[in-house]
Amino acid sequence: MRRDIFQAIADPTRRAILTLIAAQAMTPNAIAEHFDSTRQAVSKHLKILAECDLLQQEQRGREIYYKLEVDKMKEIDKWLEQFRKIWETRFSQLDDLLDKLKNNRP
Amino acid sequence: MKNLNFDFTVNKKTNTVHVTRDFNADASLVWDVFTKPELLDQWWAPQPWKSETKSMDFTEGGRRLYAMVGPEGEKHWAIADFTSITPKTNFKYLDAFTDADGNLNDEMPRSDWNLDFIDKGETTTVDIQIRHKDLADLEMIIQLGFKEGFSMTMKSLDELLEKLKE
Repeated sequence: MRRDIFQAIADPTRRAILTLIAAQAMTPNAIAEHFDSTRQAVSKHLKILAECDLLQQEQRGREIYYKLEVDKMKEIDKWLEQFRKIWETRFSQLDDLLDKLKNNRP
Repeated sequence: MKNLNFDFTVNKKTNTVHVTRDFNADASLVWDVFTKPELLDQWWAPQPWKSETKSMDFTEGGRRLYAMVGPEGEKHWAIADFTSITPKTNFKYLDAFTDADGNLNDEMPRSDWNLDFIDKGETTTVDIQIRHKDLADLEMIIQLGFKEGFSMTMKSLDELLEKLKE
């Protein structure tokens, strides 16, 4: 089944998994240890990410390691990063304004 | 300052952009900065752009007409037509690109905005949903971000963020 990549990254756990495996290749067990959810729940997330071509699988001995498919990720990034940055900038400016307004309150 | 929660997602199934952010201020202050033109203009445009509100009638059926002013002084006009207001809790509007008199640009898509304000005591969560008519509209709006220069290069942005953090 092919999935929409944007659905894949809409879930906070899946985004956390992507961040983890961006740093280094990991086995499903090692990934699961980082979350409170059950092994099964984490496997389900991994399956969805694999269906979106966001995971590279590597066989090392008996173990399967998952790594981030960086090129695929860049596709989304290019699209979203600038849009996201606009909001980040906006909100940083708003943080400053709120601080200023709070200090001016009687 | 503590790390404020920020979440940004795009759902291509529902053609919706979803932005959630916590602010370090009470709900009534946060409501003001989103609904008072003189305050909105101080943060709505990401630097180096500026927001200039020409008129704003913040009532149901009312309209905000404003320009996003670029670094070269170029102006991109837009409106927000307020469709529903529940003070300090929620407001909704329909946006559009226009000329300086508020005449709609028919070639440009409109989108539905829904803003929820969640009172958390000392902090306030703002939850923004921007729904587009279809996926093509959503992609067009996002691509505009590149083309019209609503955003800046990563480098100048990083510098700006550093400065703001100091």
